[in-house]
Amino acid sequence: MIFEVTPAQTVGPYFAIGLPFEDGPLIVPEGTPGLIRIRGAVYDGRGEIIPDHLIEFWQPDAEGRFADIYGYGEQSTLPGFRGFGRCGYEDGDGTYEMVTVKPGRVPGADGKLQAPHIDVTLFARGMLNRVVTRIYFADETEANASDQVLSTVPAERRHTLLAQPTQDGYSFDIRLQGPGETVFFDI
Amino acid sequence: MSTAERDETRETGQDEVRQIYDPVADTPLRYRRSPAEANPPLDYEPYKSTQLRHPKEPMLYLPHSITEITGPQLDRTLHLKPSDSDLTVQGQGEPVGQRITISGHVYDTEGKPLRDTLVEIWQANAAGRYDHRWDRWAAPLDPNFHGAGRCLTDAGGRFEFTTIRPGPYPWGNHYNAWRPAHVHFSLLGRAFTQRLVTQMYFPDDPFFPYDPIFNSVRDEQARQRMISTFNIHETRPNWAQAFNWDIYLRGPAATPFEEAL
Repeated sequence: MIFEVTPAQTVGPYFAIGLPFEDGPLIVPEGTPGLIRIRGAVYDGRGEIIPDHLIEFWQPDAEGRFADIYGYGEQSTLPGFRGFGRCGYEDGDGTYEMVTVKPGRVPGADGKLQAPHIDVTLFARGMLNRVVTRIYFADETEANASDQVLSTVPAERRHTLLAQPTQDGYSFDIRLQGPGETVFFDI
Repeated sequence: MSTAERDETRETGQDEVRQIYDPVADTPLRYRRSPAEANPPLDYEPYKSTQLRHPKEPMLYLPHSITEITGPQLDRTLHLKPSDSDLTVQGQGEPVGQRITISGHVYDTEGKPLRDTLVEIWQANAAGRYDHRWDRWAAPLDPNFHGAGRCLTDAGGRFEFTTIRPGPYPWGNHYNAWRPAHVHFSLLGRAFTQRLVTQMYFPDDPFFPYDPIFNSVRDEQARQRMISTFNIHETRPNWAQAFNWDIYLRGPAATPFEEAL
């Protein structure tokens, strides 16, 4: 017998009561070798910042190993590596910052190596379900060029998935609607 | 059916014996995609805040790879303790309102329970007021009620919270708009694909017909899956009313053909 899923509902304006946790944005502990900071902001269809959003990352470590709940695949040995980051605030200013390492390459659905990427979930008041996108890295030109998923993205929209290098990591903004709308995925 | 199986059936109160995942052998490599009507649309005019917050470009199909079929274990991060799942003992004294328990199971769509998976809740107090800076409704805060809880499911996928029945509250979506009483739920499941944030409602809420968030789920049966049931048998005499609510996360895709649909 196949059951149907429980439907999604909006995270609403008051998620900060229950969801953020201390060190939530620390996908790796401070001081981890190769640490990077990924910062960005989230915008609505009018180009205005969305202060009440909650963003989550899921990724492997630099060796392409995950920290999976049930230990699927080769497990990360990076001390304190969580693979998961969550950022959202009661008094948000619309920006986020995650502390992590650049993910390594992992196989795709076609068995070939994918370009380094992070899976991203975004929730907010006014969104009845999450949206999902992926962060790729602008300085991974070669890997990006052969990535199965990126190749399905219209060339003129690919830039919306590319995090740009900064002094201590990368920047990645999300635009929910309008000019430069981020590519979102049906997963 | 063996005696042991009958006992298990009786114990879980289920009509059929459910299988426990062998977490390594049974890792699904692809997840079933839900029919569109099973979830609310991102563009839903009656809920006004969706207007500027929904993408207009079509979603691109993402084939499932290891990034999508794995997920985190936050137990070591959150250091969960028993009081995290009892929202009535987190203050100095007893919160005001009707004490209730909310229990149920986290299953996938094949009916397999998910063990050790994180269930997080947050909610308004008995007066319908959230302990949050931006909730300005003129209802009293309760110094003994913050309204957040967390627990992990047990080996059979079961979770249980003790809390206060939340009140309905007005909001600014339209004239005389009220949200039906609800508890927010967040689930990580076992895979990125299974991530779910939703709301649990109470039976027979008079505000159901007027609430655009509840009715954004267009399919009647799907809406019913968001409503808990009252359970007199689990209700604790002279203590707490019991509500049950099972949560179904996406399950494995049976075949590549089904996955591609």
